[in-house]
Amino acid sequence: MTVLLPQTIAEACAAVASHPNALLLSGGTDLMVEVNSGRRRPQKVIALIGIDELRNWSSEDGDITIGAGVTFARLATGELASLFPALAMAARTVGSSQIRNAATIGGNIGTSSPAGDSLPVLAALEARIVLQSSAGVREVPIADFCVGPKRTDRHPDELITALRIRPTDGPQEFCKLGTRQAMAISIASVAVIADRAKRNVRVGLGAVGPVPLRTREAEAFAAENIDWATGQALDPQIHARFGSLVAEASHPIDDHRSSLAYRRHAVGVLATRALRRMFP
Amino acid sequence: MSDLVSYRLTVNGTERSVTDGVLSESLLFVLRERLGLAGSKNACEQGECGSCSILLDGELVCSCLVMAATVEGRTITTIESLSPDGALSDVQQAFIDAGAVQCGFCTPGLIVTVHELLDRSLEADEFDIREALAGNLCRCTGYGRILKAVQLAATGRKALLEGSPDVV
Repeated sequence: MTVLLPQTIAEACAAVASHPNALLLSGGTDLMVEVNSGRRRPQKVIALIGIDELRNWSSEDGDITIGAGVTFARLATGELASLFPALAMAARTVGSSQIRNAATIGGNIGTSSPAGDSLPVLAALEARIVLQSSAGVREVPIADFCVGPKRTDRHPDELITALRIRPTDGPQEFCKLGTRQAMAISIASVAVIADRAKRNVRVGLGAVGPVPLRTREAEAFAAENIDWATGQALDPQIHARFGSLVAEASHPIDDHRSSLAYRRHAVGVLATRALRRMFP
Repeated sequence: MSDLVSYRLTVNGTERSVTDGVLSESLLFVLRERLGLAGSKNACEQGECGSCSILLDGELVCSCLVMAATVEGRTITTIESLSPDGALSDVQQAFIDAGAVQCGFCTPGLIVTVHELLDRSLEADEFDIREALAGNLCRCTGYGRILKAVQLAATGRKALLEGSPDVV
Protein backbone atom coordinates (compact mmCIF):
# COMPACT_ATOMS: atom_id res chain seq x y z
CA MET A 1 0.00 0.00 0.00
CA THR A 2 1.23 3.44 -0.89
CA VAL A 3 0.13 6.92 -0.09
CA LEU A 4 1.75 9.77 -1.97
CA LEU A 5 1.49 13.35 -0.71
CA PRO A 6 2.78 15.62 -3.50
CA GLN A 7 3.35 19.25 -2.51
CA THR A 8 3.35 20.78 -6.01
CA ILE A 9 1.42 20.28 -9.25
CA ALA A 10 4.63 19.10 -10.92
CA GLU A 11 5.16 16.46 -8.22
CA ALA A 12 1.53 15.39 -8.54
CA CYS A 13 1.83 15.03 -12.35
CA ALA A 14 4.95 12.92 -11.88
CA ALA A 15 3.12 10.80 -9.30
CA VAL A 16 0.13 10.28 -11.59
CA ALA A 17 2.43 9.39 -14.50
CA SER A 18 4.28 6.74 -12.50
CA HIS A 19 1.17 5.39 -10.70
CA PRO A 20 -1.62 5.54 -13.31
CA ASN A 21 -3.79 3.16 -11.23
CA ALA A 22 -3.62 5.23 -8.06
CA LEU A 23 -6.77 6.84 -6.75
CA LEU A 24 -6.73 10.63 -6.72
CA LEU A 25 -7.99 11.93 -3.40
CA SER A 26 -8.98 15.54 -2.84
CA GLY A 27 -11.53 16.45 -0.13
CA GLY A 28 -12.54 12.81 0.29
CA THR A 29 -16.25 13.45 0.57
CA ASP A 30 -17.08 11.21 -2.41
CA LEU A 31 -14.23 8.73 -2.34
CA MET A 32 -14.19 7.97 1.38
CA VAL A 33 -17.90 7.11 1.31
CA GLU A 34 -17.06 4.36 -1.18
CA VAL A 35 -14.01 3.29 0.83
CA ASN A 36 -15.94 3.17 4.13
CA SER A 37 -18.70 1.09 2.56
CA GLY A 38 -16.16 -1.39 1.20
CA ARG A 39 -16.96 -0.66 -2.44
CA ARG A 40 -13.35 0.44 -2.93
CA ARG A 41 -10.19 -0.91 -1.35
CA PRO A 42 -7.46 1.44 -2.53
CA GLN A 43 -3.93 0.08 -2.75
CA LYS A 44 -2.41 3.35 -3.94
CA VAL A 45 -3.61 6.85 -3.19
CA ILE A 46 -2.31 10.20 -4.39
CA ALA A 47 -3.64 12.79 -1.94
CA LEU A 48 -3.83 16.26 -3.47
CA ILE A 49 -4.71 18.10 -0.30
CA GLY A 50 -1.15 19.31 0.40
CA ILE A 51 -0.77 21.16 -2.90
CA ASP A 52 -1.09 24.86 -2.06
CA GLU A 53 -1.07 25.83 -5.78
CA LEU A 54 -4.43 24.07 -6.18
CA ARG A 55 -6.05 25.97 -3.31
CA ASN A 56 -5.76 29.48 -4.77
CA TRP A 57 -7.60 31.51 -7.36
CA SER A 58 -6.37 34.32 -9.59
CA SER A 59 -7.45 36.82 -12.21
CA GLU A 60 -5.73 37.17 -15.57
CA ASP A 61 -6.75 38.67 -18.94
CA GLY A 62 -10.38 38.92 -17.83
CA ASP A 63 -10.59 35.26 -16.83
CA ILE A 64 -10.83 33.94 -13.30
CA THR A 65 -8.83 30.79 -12.67
CA ILE A 66 -10.07 28.80 -9.68
CA GLY A 67 -7.72 26.10 -8.38
CA ALA A 68 -9.18 22.60 -8.29
CA GLY A 69 -8.55 22.41 -4.54
CA VAL A 70 -10.71 25.42 -3.68
CA THR A 71 -13.41 24.24 -1.29
CA PHE A 72 -17.14 24.91 -1.50
CA ALA A 73 -16.84 26.85 1.77
CA ARG A 74 -14.58 29.35 -0.02
CA LEU A 75 -16.77 29.51 -3.14
CA ALA A 76 -19.78 30.33 -0.96
CA THR A 77 -18.35 33.53 0.55
CA GLY A 78 -16.08 36.47 -0.16
CA GLU A 79 -14.80 37.77 -3.46
CA LEU A 80 -15.41 34.56 -5.42
CA ALA A 81 -19.06 34.66 -4.32
CA SER A 82 -19.36 38.24 -5.66
CA LEU A 83 -17.80 37.23 -8.98
CA PHE A 84 -19.98 34.14 -9.44
CA PRO A 85 -23.17 34.46 -7.35
CA ALA A 86 -24.85 31.38 -8.85
CA LEU A 87 -21.78 29.28 -8.11
CA ALA A 88 -21.82 30.60 -4.54
CA MET A 89 -25.51 29.69 -4.19
CA ALA A 90 -24.79 26.18 -5.46
CA ALA A 91 -21.78 25.88 -3.15
CA ARG A 92 -23.92 26.84 -0.16
CA THR A 93 -26.35 23.99 -0.92
CA VAL A 94 -23.58 21.38 -0.91
CA GLY A 95 -23.82 19.03 2.09
CA SER A 96 -23.19 20.74 5.41
CA SER A 97 -20.47 23.01 6.75
CA GLN A 98 -18.40 19.88 7.48
CA ILE A 99 -18.70 18.80 3.84
CA ARG A 100 -18.17 22.29 2.38
CA ASN A 101 -14.95 22.69 4.38
CA ALA A 102 -13.54 19.53 2.81
CA ALA A 103 -15.15 19.11 -0.61
CA THR A 104 -13.43 20.79 -3.56
CA ILE A 105 -14.65 22.11 -6.89
CA GLY A 106 -12.07 19.94 -8.67
CA GLY A 107 -13.43 16.88 -6.91
CA ASN A 108 -16.98 17.71 -7.95
CA ILE A 109 -15.85 18.02 -11.58
CA GLY A 110 -13.68 14.90 -11.39
CA THR A 111 -16.47 12.76 -9.91
CA SER A 112 -18.88 14.22 -12.49
CA SER A 113 -21.99 12.85 -10.84
CA PRO A 114 -25.14 13.89 -12.75
CA ALA A 115 -26.27 15.41 -9.42
CA GLY A 116 -22.99 17.31 -8.83
CA ASP A 117 -24.17 20.69 -7.59
CA SER A 118 -21.51 22.85 -9.25
CA LEU A 119 -21.89 21.27 -12.69
CA PRO A 120 -25.05 23.02 -13.99
CA VAL A 121 -23.59 26.36 -12.92
CA LEU A 122 -20.28 25.63 -14.61
CA ALA A 123 -22.19 24.57 -17.75
CA ALA A 124 -24.13 27.86 -17.76
CA LEU A 125 -20.93 29.82 -17.09
CA GLU A 126 -19.23 27.92 -19.95
CA ALA A 127 -16.32 27.08 -17.68
CA ARG A 128 -13.20 25.50 -19.12
CA ILE A 129 -11.47 22.69 -17.25
CA VAL A 130 -7.68 22.93 -17.05
CA LEU A 131 -5.94 19.55 -17.18
CA GLN A 132 -2.24 19.04 -16.65
CA SER A 133 0.08 16.09 -17.12
CA SER A 134 3.81 15.66 -17.43
CA ALA A 135 3.26 16.10 -21.19
CA GLY A 136 1.60 19.53 -20.91
CA VAL A 137 -1.57 21.49 -20.24
CA ARG A 138 -4.89 21.48 -22.08
CA GLU A 139 -8.21 23.24 -21.59
CA VAL A 140 -11.53 21.52 -22.24
CA PRO A 141 -14.96 23.19 -22.20
CA ILE A 142 -17.11 21.59 -19.52
CA ALA A 143 -19.64 20.59 -22.19
CA ASP A 144 -16.97 18.30 -23.69
CA PHE A 145 -15.43 17.27 -20.38
CA CYS A 146 -18.50 15.58 -18.85
CA VAL A 147 -19.15 12.69 -21.23
CA GLY A 148 -21.55 10.56 -19.16
CA PRO A 149 -22.63 9.76 -15.61
CA LYS A 150 -19.40 9.79 -13.58
CA ARG A 151 -17.41 9.67 -16.83
CA THR A 152 -15.10 12.44 -17.98
CA ASP A 153 -12.58 13.25 -20.68
CA ARG A 154 -9.72 13.20 -18.14
CA HIS A 155 -6.88 10.97 -19.32
CA PRO A 156 -5.39 8.60 -16.73
CA ASP A 157 -2.16 10.61 -16.54
CA GLU A 158 -3.90 13.96 -16.13
CA LEU A 159 -4.74 16.05 -13.13
CA ILE A 160 -7.59 18.56 -12.98
CA THR A 161 -5.69 21.63 -11.81
CA ALA A 162 -8.20 24.45 -12.26
CA LEU A 163 -11.25 25.78 -13.97
CA ARG A 164 -11.29 28.99 -15.92
CA ILE A 165 -14.36 31.22 -16.13
CA ARG A 166 -15.04 34.59 -17.73
CA PRO A 167 -17.16 36.62 -15.27
CA THR A 168 -20.37 38.14 -16.64
CA ASP A 169 -22.35 41.23 -15.71
CA GLY A 170 -26.01 40.50 -14.96
CA PRO A 171 -28.26 38.62 -12.57
CA GLN A 172 -27.62 34.95 -11.81
CA GLU A 173 -29.62 32.34 -9.96
CA PHE A 174 -29.28 28.74 -8.80
CA CYS A 175 -32.22 26.68 -7.56
CA LYS A 176 -32.02 23.12 -6.26
CA LEU A 177 -34.62 20.67 -5.08
CA GLY A 178 -33.75 17.99 -2.54
CA THR A 179 -35.45 16.27 0.36
CA ARG A 180 -34.20 18.96 2.73
CA GLN A 181 -32.11 22.11 2.43
CA ALA A 182 -28.88 20.63 3.77
CA MET A 183 -27.26 17.25 3.12
CA ALA A 184 -29.49 16.58 0.12
CA ILE A 185 -28.47 15.08 -3.20
CA SER A 186 -30.20 17.04 -5.95
CA ILE A 187 -33.43 15.73 -7.40
CA ALA A 188 -33.21 18.57 -9.92
CA SER A 189 -31.30 21.84 -10.15
CA VAL A 190 -31.18 24.86 -12.45
CA ALA A 191 -28.59 27.57 -12.97
CA VAL A 192 -29.50 30.67 -14.99
CA ILE A 193 -26.94 33.30 -16.01
CA ALA A 194 -28.00 36.53 -17.73
CA ASP A 195 -25.12 38.22 -19.58
CA ARG A 196 -25.92 41.90 -20.09
CA ALA A 197 -22.94 42.58 -22.36
CA LYS A 198 -23.76 39.76 -24.79
CA ARG A 199 -27.49 40.06 -24.16
CA ASN A 200 -27.82 36.34 -23.79
CA VAL A 201 -29.14 33.91 -21.19
CA ARG A 202 -27.44 30.61 -20.42
CA VAL A 203 -29.16 27.80 -18.57
CA GLY A 204 -27.56 24.74 -16.99
CA LEU A 205 -29.64 21.83 -15.69
CA GLY A 206 -28.48 19.35 -13.06
CA ALA A 207 -29.67 15.85 -12.13
CA VAL A 208 -32.08 15.68 -15.10
CA GLY A 209 -29.69 14.14 -17.62
CA PRO A 210 -26.55 12.00 -17.78
CA VAL A 211 -24.44 15.17 -17.87
CA PRO A 212 -25.25 18.82 -17.09
CA LEU A 213 -27.57 20.00 -19.87
CA ARG A 214 -27.92 23.31 -21.69
CA THR A 215 -31.28 24.31 -23.10
CA ARG A 216 -30.84 26.45 -26.21
CA GLU A 217 -34.53 27.01 -26.90
CA ALA A 218 -35.30 28.23 -23.38
CA GLU A 219 -32.14 30.36 -23.42
CA ALA A 220 -33.12 32.06 -26.69
CA PHE A 221 -36.70 32.55 -25.52
CA ALA A 222 -35.57 34.30 -22.30
CA ALA A 223 -33.01 36.46 -24.12
CA GLU A 224 -35.64 37.64 -26.64
CA ASN A 225 -38.11 38.59 -23.94
CA ILE A 226 -35.79 40.37 -21.54
CA ASP A 227 -35.67 44.16 -21.92
CA TRP A 228 -31.87 44.40 -21.73
CA ALA A 229 -31.80 48.21 -21.68
CA THR A 230 -34.02 48.59 -18.62
CA GLY A 231 -33.97 45.08 -17.07
CA GLN A 232 -37.62 45.68 -16.26
CA ALA A 233 -40.05 43.10 -14.93
CA LEU A 234 -41.12 40.17 -17.08
CA ASP A 235 -44.70 39.04 -17.49
CA PRO A 236 -45.40 35.98 -15.26
CA GLN A 237 -46.43 34.13 -18.44
CA ILE A 238 -42.87 34.55 -19.72
CA HIS A 239 -41.49 33.00 -16.52
CA ALA A 240 -43.92 30.10 -16.89
CA ARG A 241 -43.21 29.55 -20.60
CA PHE A 242 -39.49 29.58 -19.85
CA GLY A 243 -40.09 26.89 -17.21
CA SER A 244 -42.03 24.76 -19.69
CA LEU A 245 -39.25 25.00 -22.29
CA VAL A 246 -36.69 23.97 -19.66
CA ALA A 247 -38.83 21.00 -18.56
CA GLU A 248 -39.18 19.90 -22.21
CA ALA A 249 -35.42 20.04 -22.68
CA SER A 250 -34.67 17.85 -19.66
CA HIS A 251 -33.83 14.13 -19.95
CA PRO A 252 -34.47 12.77 -16.46
CA ILE A 253 -34.59 9.15 -15.37
CA ASP A 254 -36.57 7.20 -12.77
CA ASP A 255 -34.45 6.19 -9.80
CA HIS A 256 -34.63 5.79 -6.02
CA ARG A 257 -34.51 9.55 -5.49
CA SER A 258 -37.31 10.59 -7.80
CA SER A 259 -39.51 9.60 -10.70
CA LEU A 260 -38.85 10.86 -14.20
CA ALA A 261 -42.17 12.74 -14.27
CA TYR A 262 -41.54 14.48 -10.95
CA ARG A 263 -38.02 15.50 -11.96
CA ARG A 264 -39.30 16.96 -15.23
CA HIS A 265 -42.05 18.87 -13.42
CA ALA A 266 -39.65 20.06 -10.71
CA VAL A 267 -36.98 21.34 -13.08
CA GLY A 268 -39.63 23.47 -14.83
CA VAL A 269 -40.81 24.90 -11.52
CA LEU A 270 -37.23 25.67 -10.49
CA ALA A 271 -36.51 27.41 -13.82
CA THR A 272 -39.67 29.52 -13.55
CA ARG A 273 -38.66 30.48 -10.01
CA ALA A 274 -35.10 31.32 -11.04
CA LEU A 275 -36.13 33.65 -13.88
CA ARG A 276 -38.73 35.32 -11.62
CA ARG A 277 -36.06 36.02 -9.00
CA MET A 278 -33.78 37.52 -11.66
CA PHE A 279 -36.45 39.54 -13.49
CA PRO A 280 -39.37 39.69 -11.03
CA MET B 1 5.50 -3.65 -1.21
CA SER B 2 4.12 -3.75 2.30
CA ASP B 3 0.40 -4.18 2.81
CA LEU B 4 0.52 -1.81 5.77
CA VAL B 5 1.26 1.86 6.22
CA SER B 6 2.91 3.73 9.08
CA TYR B 7 2.56 7.44 9.69
CA ARG B 8 2.36 10.06 12.40
CA LEU B 9 -0.56 12.23 13.44
CA THR B 10 -0.66 15.40 15.52
CA VAL B 11 -3.74 14.99 17.71
CA ASN B 12 -4.67 17.58 20.34
CA GLY B 13 -1.09 18.87 20.35
CA THR B 14 0.50 15.45 20.81
CA GLU B 15 2.39 13.50 18.17
CA ARG B 16 0.98 9.98 17.85
CA SER B 17 2.42 7.14 15.78
CA VAL B 18 0.31 4.76 13.77
CA THR B 19 2.12 1.60 12.76
CA ASP B 20 0.71 -1.26 10.76
CA GLY B 21 -2.22 0.88 9.61
CA VAL B 22 -4.36 0.03 6.62
CA LEU B 23 -4.44 2.64 3.87
CA SER B 24 -8.22 2.79 3.59
CA GLU B 25 -8.77 3.53 7.29
CA SER B 26 -10.60 6.75 8.07
CA LEU B 27 -9.28 9.19 10.63
CA LEU B 28 -12.36 8.39 12.72
CA PHE B 29 -11.45 4.71 12.81
CA VAL B 30 -7.84 5.46 13.69
CA LEU B 31 -8.79 7.94 16.45
CA ARG B 32 -11.20 5.46 18.04
CA GLU B 33 -9.61 2.07 17.44
CA ARG B 34 -5.89 2.78 17.29
CA LEU B 35 -5.42 5.89 19.44
CA GLY B 36 -8.08 5.24 22.09
CA LEU B 37 -9.92 8.52 21.49
CA ALA B 38 -13.51 7.31 21.50
CA GLY B 39 -15.15 10.71 21.99
CA SER B 40 -15.78 11.14 18.25
CA LYS B 41 -18.69 8.85 17.44
CA ASN B 42 -19.10 6.48 14.53
CA ALA B 43 -22.54 6.27 12.98
CA CYS B 44 -23.11 6.77 9.25
CA GLU B 45 -19.56 6.64 7.83
CA GLN B 46 -20.69 8.82 4.93
CA GLY B 47 -20.59 12.37 6.26
CA GLU B 48 -24.34 12.57 6.80
CA CYS B 49 -24.64 12.64 10.60
CA GLY B 50 -21.78 14.80 11.89
CA SER B 51 -21.26 12.70 15.03
CA CYS B 52 -17.57 12.30 14.10
CA SER B 53 -16.96 16.06 13.68
CA ILE B 54 -13.42 17.23 14.43
CA LEU B 55 -11.25 20.20 13.48
CA LEU B 56 -8.58 19.68 10.83
CA ASP B 57 -6.23 22.68 10.73
CA GLY B 58 -9.01 24.52 12.55
CA GLU B 59 -11.72 23.65 10.01
CA LEU B 60 -14.75 21.60 10.93
CA VAL B 61 -14.86 18.31 9.00
CA CYS B 62 -16.24 14.79 9.33
CA SER B 63 -13.35 12.59 10.44
CA CYS B 64 -14.99 9.58 8.76
CA LEU B 65 -14.30 11.23 5.38
CA VAL B 66 -10.62 11.90 6.07
CA MET B 67 -8.16 9.19 5.02
CA ALA B 68 -5.96 9.04 8.10
CA ALA B 69 -2.69 8.31 6.29
CA THR B 70 -3.02 11.55 4.28
CA VAL B 71 -3.11 14.02 7.20
CA GLU B 72 0.40 13.61 8.57
CA GLY B 73 1.67 16.99 9.74
CA ARG B 74 -1.74 18.59 9.97
CA THR B 75 -3.37 19.77 13.19
CA ILE B 76 -6.13 17.47 14.43
CA THR B 77 -8.39 18.67 17.26
CA THR B 78 -10.99 16.34 18.77
CA ILE B 79 -13.73 16.62 21.38
CA GLU B 80 -11.27 15.33 23.99
CA SER B 81 -9.24 18.56 23.81
CA LEU B 82 -12.20 20.76 24.75
CA SER B 83 -12.19 19.64 28.38
CA PRO B 84 -8.63 18.44 28.91
CA ASP B 85 -8.70 18.53 32.72
CA GLY B 86 -12.16 17.02 32.99
CA ALA B 87 -13.88 20.35 33.55
CA LEU B 88 -16.76 21.08 31.22
CA SER B 89 -16.40 23.69 28.48
CA ASP B 90 -18.93 26.52 28.40
CA VAL B 91 -20.72 24.85 25.49
CA GLN B 92 -20.90 21.51 27.30
CA GLN B 93 -22.32 23.24 30.40
CA ALA B 94 -24.85 25.11 28.24
CA PHE B 95 -26.01 21.80 26.71
CA ILE B 96 -26.64 20.43 30.21
CA ASP B 97 -28.33 23.62 31.41
CA ALA B 98 -30.63 23.74 28.37
CA GLY B 99 -31.47 20.03 28.55
CA ALA B 100 -29.98 19.52 25.09
CA VAL B 101 -28.59 16.05 25.81
CA GLN B 102 -30.80 12.99 25.68
CA CYS B 103 -29.14 9.77 24.51
CA GLY B 104 -25.90 11.71 24.06
CA PHE B 105 -24.62 10.00 20.94
CA CYS B 106 -24.72 13.12 18.74
CA THR B 107 -23.49 15.37 21.55
CA PRO B 108 -19.69 15.25 21.01
CA GLY B 109 -20.10 16.12 17.32
CA LEU B 110 -22.50 18.92 18.13
CA ILE B 111 -20.22 20.31 20.85
CA VAL B 112 -17.29 20.45 18.42
CA THR B 113 -19.52 22.10 15.79
CA VAL B 114 -20.85 24.69 18.25
CA HIS B 115 -17.35 25.51 19.52
CA GLU B 116 -16.24 26.13 15.94
CA LEU B 117 -19.30 28.31 15.29
CA LEU B 118 -18.95 30.41 18.45
CA ASP B 119 -15.19 30.81 18.02
CA ARG B 120 -16.01 32.31 14.61
CA SER B 121 -18.97 34.46 15.59
CA LEU B 122 -21.13 35.27 18.60
CA GLU B 123 -23.62 37.15 16.45
CA ALA B 124 -25.24 34.14 14.76
CA ASP B 125 -29.04 34.39 14.69
CA GLU B 126 -31.30 31.36 14.79
CA PHE B 127 -31.12 30.90 11.01
CA ASP B 128 -27.30 31.01 11.06
CA ILE B 129 -27.22 28.50 13.91
CA ARG B 130 -29.57 26.15 12.09
CA GLU B 131 -27.42 26.35 8.96
CA ALA B 132 -24.22 25.79 10.96
CA LEU B 133 -25.72 22.75 12.69
CA ALA B 134 -27.36 21.28 9.58
CA GLY B 135 -24.67 18.61 9.29
CA ASN B 136 -25.25 17.22 12.79
CA LEU B 137 -28.19 14.86 13.17
CA CYS B 138 -29.94 14.38 16.52
CA ARG B 139 -32.73 11.80 16.65
CA CYS B 140 -33.85 12.53 20.23
CA THR B 141 -34.27 16.19 21.00
CA GLY B 142 -36.03 17.69 17.99
CA TYR B 143 -33.25 20.33 18.09
CA GLY B 144 -35.21 22.97 20.07
CA ARG B 145 -33.13 22.60 23.20
CA ILE B 146 -29.93 22.34 21.19
CA LEU B 147 -30.69 25.74 19.61
CA LYS B 148 -31.36 27.09 23.11
CA ALA B 149 -28.03 25.70 24.33
CA VAL B 150 -26.16 27.44 21.51
CA GLN B 151 -27.87 30.74 22.30
CA LEU B 152 -27.14 30.25 26.00
CA ALA B 153 -23.45 29.62 25.34
CA ALA B 154 -23.27 32.62 22.97
CA THR B 155 -24.94 34.87 25.53
CA GLY B 156 -22.52 33.68 28.20
CA ARG B 157 -19.48 34.40 26.05
CA LYS B 158 -20.80 37.82 25.08
CA ALA B 159 -21.39 38.65 28.72
CA LEU B 160 -17.83 37.62 29.57
CA LEU B 161 -16.51 39.80 26.74
CA GLU B 162 -18.58 42.75 27.90
CA GLY B 163 -17.56 42.20 31.52
CA SER B 164 -21.08 41.90 32.83
CA PRO B 165 -21.31 38.36 34.21
CA ASP B 166 -24.71 38.91 35.81
CA VAL B 167 -26.30 38.86 32.33
CA VAL B 168 -25.61 35.10 32.28
